[in-house]
Amino acid sequence: MVQTAAPSVSPARFIDPAGAAVRPLPAFARDPAELIRLYRAMVLTRAFDAKAVALQRTGRLGTFASSLGQEAVAVGAAAAMRPEDVFVPSFREQGGQLWRGVTAIELLTYWGGDERGSDFKVPREDFPGAIPVASHAPHAVGAALAFKLRGEPRAAVCILGDGATSKGDFAEALNIAGVWKVPAVFVINNNGWAISVPVERQTAAETLAHKAVAAGIAGERADGNDVVAVRDAVDRALARARAGGGSGLIEAVTYRLGDHTTADDASRYRDDALVSARWREEPIRRLREYLTGIGQWSREKEEALLATVGEQIEAAATAYLAMPPRSPETMFDHAFARLPGDLAAQRAAASAEGQ
Amino acid sequence: MTVPEVNLAQAANLALARAMQNDPRVLILGEDVGRDGGVFRVTDGLWKRFGDARVIDTPLAEAAIAGVSVGLAAQGFLPVAEIQFTGFIYPAIDQLLNHAARLRTRTRGRLTCPMVLRSPCGGGIRAPEHHSESPEAILAHIPGLRVVIPSSPARAYGLLLAAIRDPDPVVFLEPTRLYRAAREEVADDGVALPLDRCFVLRRGGDVTIVTWGASVLEAMEAAERLEAEGASAEVIDVATLHPLDQDTIVESVRRTGRCVIVHEAPMSGGWGAEIAARIAEHALTSLLAPVLRVTGYDTVMPLPRLEARYLPTAGRVVAAARRVLEFA
Repeated sequence: MVQTAAPSVSPARFIDPAGAAVRPLPAFARDPAELIRLYRAMVLTRAFDAKAVALQRTGRLGTFASSLGQEAVAVGAAAAMRPEDVFVPSFREQGGQLWRGVTAIELLTYWGGDERGSDFKVPREDFPGAIPVASHAPHAVGAALAFKLRGEPRAAVCILGDGATSKGDFAEALNIAGVWKVPAVFVINNNGWAISVPVERQTAAETLAHKAVAAGIAGERADGNDVVAVRDAVDRALARARAGGGSGLIEAVTYRLGDHTTADDASRYRDDALVSARWREEPIRRLREYLTGIGQWSREKEEALLATVGEQIEAAATAYLAMPPRSPETMFDHAFARLPGDLAAQRAAASAEGQ
Repeated sequence: MTVPEVNLAQAANLALARAMQNDPRVLILGEDVGRDGGVFRVTDGLWKRFGDARVIDTPLAEAAIAGVSVGLAAQGFLPVAEIQFTGFIYPAIDQLLNHAARLRTRTRGRLTCPMVLRSPCGGGIRAPEHHSESPEAILAHIPGLRVVIPSSPARAYGLLLAAIRDPDPVVFLEPTRLYRAAREEVADDGVALPLDRCFVLRRGGDVTIVTWGASVLEAMEAAERLEAEGASAEVIDVATLHPLDQDTIVESVRRTGRCVIVHEAPMSGGWGAEIAARIAEHALTSLLAPVLRVTGYDTVMPLPRLEARYLPTAGRVVAAARRVLEFA
């Protein structure tokens, strides 16, 4: 049995919404170059999301889940990982995927409706985003068990939404992770909403981090709009996991500034005034203010960054749109390692249909 | 070297031990599979022989047993997970359908899922409610998933080895009624049997009886009774339901012109319906009679007092065979 303290209700924070440091920053964040790297990644994520939404609105991309306002969660978590770790994301973690080397072209290819987008050139062992909510939590436990059994100093990082914490597969995964003390870190992107259901109608628990207590693993809350706080919490959880200390759960408290996906219209269930107030807390402006305050950022740098990121995303969109479609028989390519005779006939039929 | 006579549970145990011995990537996980050796003793002795790191007792969590196996398999292990009874497999189907069976497709082969999910299935052992189910058609409907059901100790040994070595996910359903029904010589030689192929258990020219799992017993008994009546029945054990070896079945029905399909599961939407459709598509002009099915009824599997009246009997199979043989 593990003595697990109840997590603090107040999320850990280093930089406040106004961009002021409220306590000494962790070591990584004392290097302005590292903070700028995190800042650029969040700006890139927001630009990617904006472009993806624009492509969807003009009929050139499928349904898409923007991470507007939550960029610090996936970027902060991914930044704490090592390349050899395995990322097990849900469908809103493009910020973390981009950080780890998945390209904007690959992400657009996937959201554009083509499996080639999940055949990442880098990182080869990361899972693609899981659409069925919380169903990927056990995968992180399995991957982490593999690392533990092989004696590798690697870890799995799984990101889930607040709605996922209501699910049985999440509870099962967390429980097993606790029993086996595997190096898996669960990060909850608590953006306040599971489509139309606010988190207070998702659970009666005081915080989502409290879900860790029953599993016997360490749980804590971090300000999910402070990328330094997210990265620091995941850093510490990963260090503990690599040292054999078992799993951890981090509830990153943030806010969904956009719709659930492009198929959603949040004005049906959420007062716009609520959202406007939350813009004051968003993660990108906060870090920009901090960097400006310490003399590491300027209007010129901002304009240069926006131009670079804009070009990068436009180039990715152009390449995505120019990608030739797959032939219909390729849907059979990976049904099994070797195509069974039964399916060979169907493949031939699908091929003939296109003639 | 003498070849031991073993029952189906022991044969599966031999296959698991052989696979673990030959390949360090093979792991066993599930409820009570370790110290207890599994509620049917299929994993008996393996924990003692291979240790905690390779024979893993899990918490009671079917979805996670399957989901953890997906993670292990994607990382290069060959997990053989056990769901204690098929009545409890349904939470695991989410993982099989949404992840295990499609990981290769959705990543274009970047990640794969070479896992096996074993589970005892079927009725006839007077087990409690939810312990006698036959959900093979639900599983066989899932693209990317192999569904295998052995019907003898030797086939359990060879097919389980094949399932473990297969690069894709396999559900391996073990008929509880056969675990201790019969013993036969099984050479523990590490030789796998082919997946994706039916086994012709008995040659015959008048009627084809297609079946799998424990119903093979009734099909074989029916074939003997038909023989006494002067009718020669061919008995096919489908063994791997999905992907289906259609050719063996179609070739047989083209010769006999008559077919009876036997399975324990409910009739409507059962795997027999799929086989009947294939016969209609590919052997219609050879058919001399309608294809008949002898199956469980479209009711909930009854509690043990009535299960003998639910499960197909040799008598019902013989009656169906007579109907197709006498069809004008």
